[in-house]
Amino acid sequence: MRGVRHTYPFTRPAELDTDERTHVPVIIVGAGPIGLAMGLDLDLQGIRNIILDDDNKVSIGSRAICWAKRALEVVDRLGCGERMLEKGVTWNLGKVFFGDEKDPVYGFNMLEEEDQQFPGFINLQQYYAEEYLIDEVDKRELTGIRWENEVTTVDQSADGATVSVSTPEGDYKIDCDYVVAADGAHSPLRKMLGQDFGGETFQDHFLIADIKMKAEFPAERWFWFDPPFNRGQSALLHKQPDDVWRLDFQLGWDIDREEERKAENVSRRIRAMLGEDFEFDFEWVSIYTFQCRRMDRFVHDRIIFTGDAAHLVSPFGARGANSGLQDVDNLGWKLALILKGKAPASLLESYNDERVTAAKENILNSTRATDFITPKSEASRIFRDATLELADEHEFARRFVNSGRLSVPTILDDSSLNTADSDSFDSKLVPGSPATDAPVKISGQDSWFLKSVGTDFTGVYFAKEGASAPAGADELEQDDIPVKTLVVSDMDVAGNGLLLDYKGLLRQRLDGQPGTYYLFRPDQHVVARWREFDLQSVRDAVARATMQTG
Amino acid sequence: MSETLHTEPRIDDPDDFYARLITLHADLSVEQSQTLNSKLVLLMANQIGDRAILDQILDAVRNRG
Repeated sequence: MRGVRHTYPFTRPAELDTDERTHVPVIIVGAGPIGLAMGLDLDLQGIRNIILDDDNKVSIGSRAICWAKRALEVVDRLGCGERMLEKGVTWNLGKVFFGDEKDPVYGFNMLEEEDQQFPGFINLQQYYAEEYLIDEVDKRELTGIRWENEVTTVDQSADGATVSVSTPEGDYKIDCDYVVAADGAHSPLRKMLGQDFGGETFQDHFLIADIKMKAEFPAERWFWFDPPFNRGQSALLHKQPDDVWRLDFQLGWDIDREEERKAENVSRRIRAMLGEDFEFDFEWVSIYTFQCRRMDRFVHDRIIFTGDAAHLVSPFGARGANSGLQDVDNLGWKLALILKGKAPASLLESYNDERVTAAKENILNSTRATDFITPKSEASRIFRDATLELADEHEFARRFVNSGRLSVPTILDDSSLNTADSDSFDSKLVPGSPATDAPVKISGQDSWFLKSVGTDFTGVYFAKEGASAPAGADELEQDDIPVKTLVVSDMDVAGNGLLLDYKGLLRQRLDGQPGTYYLFRPDQHVVARWREFDLQSVRDAVARATMQTG
Repeated sequence: MSETLHTEPRIDDPDDFYARLITLHADLSVEQSQTLNSKLVLLMANQIGDRAILDQILDAVRNRG
């Protein structure tokens, strides 16, 4: 097996040598992908923060490997998207196999619309994602990581929290306004608060083997129901960078874990799957059971839970890290506005509401997939197999086949932060939807729409005559909560902040008739849209989105 | 002139429908499940009504074994 990757040095915290208590606006607990992304997002928002981690290394083994388009868009805003894309294995196609049949029952494409910066998915070992995020943290002024700093207690008061930290060279306390818990599925903070983590554990075992080998399989997700090499169970094959392949075998409930984990038994399974001719080395082997759980609430006064600490899903669907990054996206700007005194603390309730809604959706999807893959009753298994038989020939049955409904962002259309449409649009970007991408040119340079949107409130105006912003839009930039306005034109004219929609795709995807104005939240979600720009309407929508009004 | 058999997707939210269908069978014995499925088939057949369509469906499932 491969050893650990980098270790990161412990640095003696200044707090150990002074009686003065440090205060930092936000303490983030956990330097996994979610905690690191949180540190970066708060840095972008101008909020000083410290990331504490009880360990000194990135994740061991590949773990999370499938990064969805929306998650890549989030990390791109944080500065790491292109690096992950470049290293990762891009894939959009999935294939489903059943029984002895060599040809797939059907295939699916995760990228519904072409011409976007990021593909449906990339595969990339979690440790690479973490290393890239750490490199980015190291470049920033307002965030930093303290390795081997373990949080032992958190004491909340009316206006903040005091975190007690244990290090190899002694213990200290540090004050903050908010604590973000990103300390993973076994979250010590959740346990300190005595919070329930309700849900279910599925009665099944899965063996993950990440192996290194030279193979010519395509970069696609291949899923087998009841294959000859794993009768009565399922299997998965997925490509990662560096010639690493993820194999996943369903084992059933009644197994001897120690026996199944032995290298010779894992090798036997792999040879049965791939044939005798493959030479391979193990990178990581693990046996696990699936769980779907979530906290009742993600916000507990001054402690805010994110990622696996708040919600846990079974891996089929890749909804773990991908939804955790959407938690970060949702929380960063809200926390920043509160800490700058520009929004009431109750804005955090919208984080709770929106991300609990998302967690419910992710758990529902991942529970259904697990029920399809691991039928709980004989009747369920017979329906499953009948569905797969029909799916070979009939398209309708393919919609019922569920080998994992892969991560797509939650549409926050029920959010109280939205301003409902008063005009009609022929676009699926209803208020609450994450923005869709499109290629644009800025001052003659190729770019992507999403690169210009977000971190602040962003208005997107489809120009009428010429390419000028609507009268009054510049006033919005001086507001307490500023709105920058981008002007979209399909005419190649020079202009400040002008996006040249040279393929007309932005206009098409947003139904951007001339005069149309979209307002995006700092997390790139549509919050309101109109057919005509009206200064007061935009201000009202910003006020509503930041809970300035009832 | 009778309609032809639809095999394109027609059901909204297929995952939700499938989950409800499976939930119907929770806690039933295999025989009870078979009885339930038989009732489903007969009710759905009566709803379809059109003999030509029903014959096409019967052929479609038998051909696949």
